[in-house]
Amino acid sequence: MLGFILKRLGLALLVALTVSFISFSLLYLSGDPATAIAGESANAQDVQAIRELYGFDRPMLVQYFEWLWNALRFDFGQSYYFKLPVADLVADRLGVTMRLGVTAICFALIVAIPLGVIAAMRPNSLIDKLALFLSVAGQAMPSFWFALVLISVFSIKLGWVPASGSTTWRHFILPTIVLGYYAMPAIMRLTRAGMLEVLSSDYIRTARAKGSSEWRVMFRHALRNAIIPVVSLAAVQMGFMLGGSIVVESIFALHGAGFLAWESISRNDLPTVQALILVFSMFYIVFTLLADIVNAWLDPRMRTA
Amino acid sequence: MTGSSQLPTAEQILQPSPSAILRGRIFGHSGFMIGGVVLAIIVLIAIFAPFLSKFDPYTQDLVNRMVPPGFMGGESEHLLGTDQLGRDYLARLLYGARVSLFIGIFAALISGIIGTAMGIAAGYFGGRVDTVVTFLINVRLAMPVVLVALAVVAILGGSLTVVATVLGLLLWDRYAVVMRASTLQVARREYIAAAQAIGTSTPRILLSEILPNVMNNLIVVATLEMAHAILLEAALSFLGLGVQPPTPSWGLMIAEGKDMMLFELWLVMIPGVVLFVLVLAINLMGDGLRDITSPAGRD
Repeated sequence: MLGFILKRLGLALLVALTVSFISFSLLYLSGDPATAIAGESANAQDVQAIRELYGFDRPMLVQYFEWLWNALRFDFGQSYYFKLPVADLVADRLGVTMRLGVTAICFALIVAIPLGVIAAMRPNSLIDKLALFLSVAGQAMPSFWFALVLISVFSIKLGWVPASGSTTWRHFILPTIVLGYYAMPAIMRLTRAGMLEVLSSDYIRTARAKGSSEWRVMFRHALRNAIIPVVSLAAVQMGFMLGGSIVVESIFALHGAGFLAWESISRNDLPTVQALILVFSMFYIVFTLLADIVNAWLDPRMRTA
Repeated sequence: MTGSSQLPTAEQILQPSPSAILRGRIFGHSGFMIGGVVLAIIVLIAIFAPFLSKFDPYTQDLVNRMVPPGFMGGESEHLLGTDQLGRDYLARLLYGARVSLFIGIFAALISGIIGTAMGIAAGYFGGRVDTVVTFLINVRLAMPVVLVALAVVAILGGSLTVVATVLGLLLWDRYAVVMRASTLQVARREYIAAAQAIGTSTPRILLSEILPNVMNNLIVVATLEMAHAILLEAALSFLGLGVQPPTPSWGLMIAEGKDMMLFELWLVMIPGVVLFVLVLAINLMGDGLRDITSPAGRD
């Protein structure tokens, strides 16, 4: 088990390193970052001065290692636009995104797991088919459009919840639904498939034979085993969601890291963009690492990878 | 156990041919049929857009702005009304199908080539190649797609080709995962060993033995990734960092209608519903293809 964890940790570090290099290289996609910072009105001297000030005149690899070394100490440089340390900006906004991510994944689990269980109890029934159709339809619905529909119904028509902002918990209701529904289809399908597999096993027959009630069999015996893969899926989905929060946060003007990402991309604020890509990637890497370890702990057969 | 039980029964002899079974499964799959028909209609609309509307999607008519659609009591000339700049909404919608389909097909093609090459190489050669490909898949999955796509498109400028290429370069992960798994299965078969034994060259084995046998899974992933790319383009354009105005992208149309949402909800609803229908059709077809071609469904 320790060997597995160390191996998996090593892989995660390598992935993180590669991602950091890619997000750093983004700066160079634009050609000359110094020209971009200097703006359109700058002359050649200004650009040269900026180039020396930011150290863009040095070899790219040297700059990368310097950036990485600073990033390891949570120093991502100054934001071009906000004129503040990027680390402070990101740290300031991350709380909102994390809160949104947690509520969204909880919402998705609370809806999707019972749906999956019910669908598995009566395979090919009307409920099962309806749940499957909803999951296909859910995946086809553009999240930003779904958000607008919810706003028009619940904020504009009914006036139940605010449409934008992030000051009270009520501001989080619609964003949670929009972000959460996106994770539901996968969770529901996996729960259903896991339940179907478990329900055909011997110990379920034993439980039924000894006279346990159907609900007890379902939730006490079957779900406990069927839920194992769902746990790791939820962790992975959580990583995806944080990355996907950029769309939701910009619609609802939730001042989280996703909104910051949109702001800084629109304003060509590359140090902030680099830092955010790295931070969101790290979340994904950590979540999948945890999921793998939990999986291996729950199911020894997984420890070979 | 008598010898006579080995003989085929009448039902076995009279059973339908494999192609008849396949035909039955295709036409018997309602999801696949509905998705396929809807998708075919949208493709035809995209091709024949100029013949379906007498209006140009770019011509502005500032006198006739935000005319409501015909079914909401607007004048009949503009069936779906006009937008904030007086452009015919139906024309923009019809030409918008071209944008979505172009992005979907182009991105699915690029990512398909990258992901399939990586997946097949990993599955067939194994060892170090597999380690490297698996590592690259891990790296790719760790990158937040929307964020990276937005950043790169913002830097390079949001033309249709740039958006399609960026999405294509990002969405190869599922191809690689599925192709790797399918190739692993196929590579163990006897006909691969036979091809190797008679000295068939490796590229030939990959192209004419492996590829045709993983093709069904490839097509399924391609449809799903096409839908994925279409949704992402719409999201990027909606955020103002994808395809740029005045291109009639459905995502952009929703973004432009958003500010008027309070009064003219249809400006947002119409392109949204169309986008949803297109993606749903592609997904239904992809799911249907998976059911039709999966060995489990072959009774």
